[in-house]
Amino acid sequence: MTGRALIWVAPLALAACAGPLSTLDPGGHIARDIALLWWVMLAGAGVITAFVLVLLGFAWGAPRRTAQGRWVYGLGLWFPLAVLTALLGVGLWVGERILPRDDGAVTVHAHAFQWGWQFTHDGADGQPVESDGVLHIPAGQPVDILVSSQDVIHSFWVPRLGGKMDAIPGRVNRLRVQTDGAGRFDGLCAEFCGLGHAGMRFVVVAHDDWPPADPDTDPDTGPDTTPETDTNGQEFP
Amino acid sequence: MTDLAHPEPVAVGGSSDLPPNPPQRALRLHRELARVWANDRGWWGQVTAVSHTTLGLRFMATAFVFFAIGGILSMLIRTQLATHQGAFLDTELYNQIFTMHGSIMMFLFAIPMLEGLGIWLLPKLLGTRDMAFPRLTALGYWCYLFGGLIMLGALLFGVAPRDGWFMYTPLSDATHSPGINADVWLLGVTFVEISAIAAAVEITVTILRQRAPGMKLTEMPLFAWYMLGTAAMMLVGFPPLIAGSVLLEVERAFDWPFFDVARGGDPLLWQHLFWLFGHPEVYIIFLPAAGAMSTIIPVMCRTPILGYGAIVAAILGLVFLSFGLWVHHMFTVGIPHMALAFFSAASVLVAVPTAVQVFAWIGTMWKGRPELHLPMLHILGFFLTFVMGGLTGVMLAIVPFNWQAHDTAFVTAHLHYVLIGGFVFPMMAAATYWMPLITGKARVKGLGEAAFCVILIGFHGTFFIMHLTGLLGMPRRIDVYPDNPEWVALNLTSSIFGFVLTIGFAMFAVDLILQATLGQRARRDPWRAPTLDWAMPVPSPNYNFASLPLRRHQGGPAREVIHALARGVGALPGAPRGRREVLVTTAGNARPCHVAVLPGNTALPLVLSACIAVFVLLMLASLYALAAVALAPVAGLVWVWARGMAPVGDLAPVTIAPGVDMPVHHRATPPTLAQSGLHALLVADGALFASLLFGLGFLSVVTQGPPPPPALVQNPAAGIALVIGLAAVAGAAVFARLLAAGYAGRGASWAGLGCNLVALVALAWLAVQLDDPRAHARDALRAAMLGYVGLHVLVGAAMAAFTADQFRRGEIAPQTGRGAIAAWGNWQMFTAVTAGITVAVVLVQAGAP
Ligand code: HEM
Ligand SMILES: [Cu+2]
Repeated sequence: MTGRALIWVAPLALAACAGPLSTLDPGGHIARDIALLWWVMLAGAGVITAFVLVLLGFAWGAPRRTAQGRWVYGLGLWFPLAVLTALLGVGLWVGERILPRDDGAVTVHAHAFQWGWQFTHDGADGQPVESDGVLHIPAGQPVDILVSSQDVIHSFWVPRLGGKMDAIPGRVNRLRVQTDGAGRFDGLCAEFCGLGHAGMRFVVVAHDDWPPADPDTDPDTGPDTTPETDTNGQEFP
Repeated sequence: MTDLAHPEPVAVGGSSDLPPNPPQRALRLHRELARVWANDRGWWGQVTAVSHTTLGLRFMATAFVFFAIGGILSMLIRTQLATHQGAFLDTELYNQIFTMHGSIMMFLFAIPMLEGLGIWLLPKLLGTRDMAFPRLTALGYWCYLFGGLIMLGALLFGVAPRDGWFMYTPLSDATHSPGINADVWLLGVTFVEISAIAAAVEITVTILRQRAPGMKLTEMPLFAWYMLGTAAMMLVGFPPLIAGSVLLEVERAFDWPFFDVARGGDPLLWQHLFWLFGHPEVYIIFLPAAGAMSTIIPVMCRTPILGYGAIVAAILGLVFLSFGLWVHHMFTVGIPHMALAFFSAASVLVAVPTAVQVFAWIGTMWKGRPELHLPMLHILGFFLTFVMGGLTGVMLAIVPFNWQAHDTAFVTAHLHYVLIGGFVFPMMAAATYWMPLITGKARVKGLGEAAFCVILIGFHGTFFIMHLTGLLGMPRRIDVYPDNPEWVALNLTSSIFGFVLTIGFAMFAVDLILQATLGQRARRDPWRAPTLDWAMPVPSPNYNFASLPLRRHQGGPAREVIHALARGVGALPGAPRGRREVLVTTAGNARPCHVAVLPGNTALPLVLSACIAVFVLLMLASLYALAAVALAPVAGLVWVWARGMAPVGDLAPVTIAPGVDMPVHHRATPPTLAQSGLHALLVADGALFASLLFGLGFLSVVTQGPPPPPALVQNPAAGIALVIGLAAVAGAAVFARLLAAGYAGRGASWAGLGCNLVALVALAWLAVQLDDPRAHARDALRAAMLGYVGLHVLVGAAMAAFTADQFRRGEIAPQTGRGAIAAWGNWQMFTAVTAGITVAVVLVQAGAP
């Protein structure tokens, strides 16, 4: 019975987690590590919540002898310390796996402005190639994105590939992403940046051939006809 | 009556208890006290009121109105987000609305609400008759009201702040946010924060110096511990925000480039200053609510709290830890690897003291026999909500996950779980618990329970799925999402339940109104509580206690001491001298020190805050010269205020209990309340100075902008000005100390005044020599620090003049006391130290290439 139910529920649950901007539908190992971290934390949080609520439920009734040490130190101090230490360890370990390191990864630039993105990668001839609103990266290998800003603070985020990194005027921040394979991934500006914030979207295209001979050729759908630039920004001169 | 039944031993636990006074007629005492402590009649009486009961309730009522306004704004947000096209508000207005929702909820609802609760409750709980500085209470209220009205007015005129409640620059600077929207936030919030600092100062002093005789610090009600922690955090936590706001406003108004990258500034400096305030802020909001829980749960469970000592340790731990976490709001700004690990660890660690409290509360429930009264329902609401909010908080402290969830609807969900779970539910518990004491009425049954259920369902319906919405990638602060149909159903659900939630809050409000108007007369001490707040008639009289509770009256059932206290058995019975008197005690053991005579009703606080409001409005209108002029009446009124502390009337010692005479505060051995208050204020002032120092250090060490132009180019004139200025400031401090120590007479006050004036001239001269503050951020910050010192020298000069004037009036004499001498001495020392540090910093920077 439960097995049958699972067969039905599991795909539904997974489908609910899918989406072009879903952190729970990872498109690379970094996002997958973080998603796994989330599921583990969710399970842990669920158990702890249930535990606390059960304790609360049993509180009703006649007075009981209550050992102060057990409650305040046992449950209050040692229990969270143990859980948190374990969690912190896992967090640091995942953090190590996803941080950029000096391994000669391909480097591309993401330059944010109100309200759009300008991306740069090195072309076949070694010359920088600029593209508006579409970031080209090699598929299946680590890529470092150098994030910078023209005016106010923005934030580069491709949920299916990994965490976000702020674009701050006067600084260049480095973010590592990696895809499983060729494909398109939606991205957006995550830091509130004024009137055009909601429309400050972009697309990441991961190519098997690198540098891409014809960047406008979409690996999934053929030639890219819609330049995915920010249109919203133009509504507000 | 207990007192008469068994005459107590005089010495209890080392601190000698006072002997009881002979009982008198309760009604006569009541009439005498009510006359002295009453507000003036009618509407004027509301203007001049300084009573903590009146003002505490007014703080809370006003905060509730702002909660309703913020709630209406949230309904507009939810309506806009209900569909993906959101064709309801335009983006500009939407941005104003969510910014105002956040700002109102944080600055005009949560903080004033907890200040109001503290102001209203603490004197009752501690067994005294008012807060330490009643006029300051009133000043705080008016500043809060006027600041709030300015912000609301801006919303009505469509020029409200629109850069998010944390106002990140450069988005909020003059280039990217032209118009007065950002100024409204910076000036309005700073204006409101006057009330936060005022409340923090007087809460600290009241808790430390006005506890009923014999109420040791280590035995005082937990709520007082929580408020002490809160006040300490406010004293240290608000100054960074004030410093940041002043700097940003100066940048916007006068182009001093503190945060401008092109000229060596750094937008991250704003983020650090903001979150240095912003993170402690969250605990500032949570601690008083937790204090209410620690007060109510034991009563509802008919047993003392489990683990008093552990809870006090947890409070202190939270106060300490919460200043080490601010960076967890900035995990995505690109900070070094090790710093990430450190702040991540510190952030998860803060869950430990919280867990100690949660399990102490549940343990208390196990220990006792919980009764499901309405306050207890809201406490259950707290558990059902806050625990999850805390757990998502721990998740967000884990850096990799933070990078995904930061700035999404997940964070919006988390913050509402902690704010509504950790503050609004406990406040509703508190409201329902203390309503009988506020109104003297008992509850009308039924509606309150229904309101609770609707709120609980509405809340979780709104915010639970927002975690998922966020994980599916929806960022916060967006108004439309045309390309994301997958978020529509989730958002629509949130919006629908959002309205359910609002209906619930409306029902809650109606329930309170029903109780206040239609309720039956409440019994005294309806909850059979062990705390002094219930050891008085309901509704509470404006003087609280006809006589102040002695040690024998504390800690037992409140209802057993009501009569004894009403009949004047406690200390300092009645108001036979026709003035407002409270007992001042030592900080540790609450041994009686002296009797403080508090000021009566006055419109001065209103007038002063109205003058400050004029200043703020002129600043908003960019009329800077006029604004400077408008500071003159402010200064004049502060002088008048200080004159109000001069010794008048009968300065003879007061008999507080048989055979125990206490001096009045003018002639008491220091520290008096005012001096303790000054110490607390100087802590905040020091935090302000430290924020500026932090800024200069940050810009010099972390920021990698263009280097500053060579500073102070070996200019001998500047060097001379520097030396003269510093010497003069030091001289003023020496004279003030000599006077305070009794080695000098009135001449020292004139000498001190002269020194301060010389220092002012030297500083002005130095200011002319210094580099143009608009050239580079470090120049600007140096100039800001010199301005800080200059302001302190100016105040020092005024205090010296005030002291000289007191000598002239004969107010400083053996029979009348020492006037403002001690306060001036402290101020002058503080000024000298900050001036010394500033000069050292300026020299180091000038020497450095
Ligand atoms: C009455 C029920 C409430 C509802 C339905 C509600 C709803 C919301 C919504 C929809 C947002 C905007 C999310 C976004 O930016 O996309 C928001 C933001 C916020 N809310 Fe509430 N809220 C409520 C009560 C509160 C309370 C009681 C507090 C604080 C004590 C609070 C503090 C905040 C803050 C600080 C923000 C962030 C504003 C910003 O991004 O600048 N809210 N709320
Ligand atoms: Cu942006």
